[in-house]
Amino acid sequence: MSITAGAGPLGPPGTPALPPETARGRARRAGRRLQGRRSRTGVLQRLTPYLFVAAAVGLLLLLTYLPAVNMLWYSLTDWRGFGPVESDDFVGVDNYVRVFTDPTIFSVFFVSLYYFVATFVQMALALYFATILSFSTRFTNFFRGVIFFPYLLNGVAVGFVFLYFFQPGGTLDSVLSWFGVSDPPLWLGDASIANFSLAGTSVWRYTGLNFILFLGAIQSINPELYEAAELDGASRWKQFRYIIFPGIRRIIGLSFILAVAGSLSVFEIPFIMTTGANGTKTFVIQTIQTAFNYHNVGLASAMAVVLLAIVLLVTWVQRRVFPDEKVDLT
Amino acid sequence: MTRFFPALGKYASLVAATVVVILPLSVIVFASLKTKQEYATTSPLDPPSNWLNLSNYREAIERADMVAGFANTTVILVVSLALTILIGSMAAYAVDRFAFRGRNLVTALFLVATLIPSVTSQVATFQIIGHLGLYNTKGALVLLFAGTDIIAIYIFIQFMQSIPVSLDEAAKLDGANVWTIYWRIILPNLKPAIATVVIIKGIAIYNEFYLPWLYLKSEPMISTALFFFKGPYGSEWELIAAATVIVIVPTVLAFLFLQKWIYKGLVAGAVK
Repeated sequence: MSITAGAGPLGPPGTPALPPETARGRARRAGRRLQGRRSRTGVLQRLTPYLFVAAAVGLLLLLTYLPAVNMLWYSLTDWRGFGPVESDDFVGVDNYVRVFTDPTIFSVFFVSLYYFVATFVQMALALYFATILSFSTRFTNFFRGVIFFPYLLNGVAVGFVFLYFFQPGGTLDSVLSWFGVSDPPLWLGDASIANFSLAGTSVWRYTGLNFILFLGAIQSINPELYEAAELDGASRWKQFRYIIFPGIRRIIGLSFILAVAGSLSVFEIPFIMTTGANGTKTFVIQTIQTAFNYHNVGLASAMAVVLLAIVLLVTWVQRRVFPDEKVDLT
Repeated sequence: MTRFFPALGKYASLVAATVVVILPLSVIVFASLKTKQEYATTSPLDPPSNWLNLSNYREAIERADMVAGFANTTVILVVSLALTILIGSMAAYAVDRFAFRGRNLVTALFLVATLIPSVTSQVATFQIIGHLGLYNTKGALVLLFAGTDIIAIYIFIQFMQSIPVSLDEAAKLDGANVWTIYWRIILPNLKPAIATVVIIKGIAIYNEFYLPWLYLKSEPMISTALFFFKGPYGSEWELIAAATVIVIVPTVLAFLFLQKWIYKGLVAGAVK
């Protein structure tokens, strides 16, 4: 791997003042040899960038694009996940028809709404705390750490913490009894409440991420703007409305898109806490159970493709609305 | 007066937030230190009578094989991080420093890949891991952690743009080849970006539940070791609480010591 080619003037000698025949021959041979080496290093040189991206692109194709293509293919079959996919497994768009007509599959989309609404609560809380902690406050570092910390926790640990918190006669019920609530509902056992409890857990877990993103955006606003506004007698609310909010609109827009995609792909909290029981099954839990418990890989693939299509659609809309912003939806 | 009430409201809301965050976690610590009888007879809000009662911890570690869980997580974490850094920085070097045919295609491939929801595409990835003969091996996890991390590549590309190209050129004039330039110039200068990747990726792997649950059934990682309590010990909350605390403690320590880096890293990772 050499990059010396092209670094020096190595063209074949052709000046008339050259010494006798033999020397010229030698020089020509040397020139040819050099040319040969140059084209070889040239090939290597042209290959270099490909060698450097090869591992990343190869793994990307193998583990992301190949599955995506396979998924499209499986989604048109009733393959069970064992043995080769035979031609008589082909069922056309039947799986897609089922995704949109079978109420047991379609209804799980509505569970996403709880989490979607919860993300607004989450963003409002995050924005409120990011704003007050960007003005002078005592113990800023402590409060910042406390609000952010839950985001770092292991999902299974969070699941158990809140299973314990919500259990009958548990922490929440004990706290409520101080306030005279003697007959609390079954927070996770009652199908009309369970999704609120799980979405609440999700707010507890993820507010810290929105908070830290908002805080970073607010702190990148020039502080002289507040000082000038303060001198002009602007209230805190006006400072927020006319300085902070416009300054962080971009990150709010981005968080909103993440909220849409995030609420469609909720998995860990409901899977760990209720395994999808009591009407808490999300689209992802449904997909995974279809694939790995019922071995209906064809149908599960169709569901995954539908989710992919929705995410791509949302991203496309977002690009149209905020053309200069890049978004990552993982 | 007009300043006093807003300030009061502000601190009241901050204290309320602190209680909401701390309360669910502290009652878990309480439960983990109680004996079986004590747990059955006291309220979740009562502190344990003996703060040094560690017997639940001992039993939890034994039953869920948490030592193996930590060992496996550590091995997978270290190998995956090393590979992620190597693969990601090499790709970033090629994309940022070379003009080559297909470069736009490669960046487009990286970009579009971030949109594919990996949770559901595991339906098909599972078959590929099976074909590679990696099902139920640590290799499957290393491959998935190191091979699907596009955020790391982005962080490296972004940071590499701030490393002056004149450094590469000076080394080139001194006769260094591309590999030397990558190894001696680029990689050492990427240190802050590597630290960012180690932190956000490290936290993500430590917390990962879904992939080990799906691909590594015969050995525990830390998340699946904890999840083991979901089954047969569903009501033995003293044990579950102890196991939960064991999983949380390393996160607390990492947060206390790496706070500044974690904040920076997450902002860099989320907003590309």
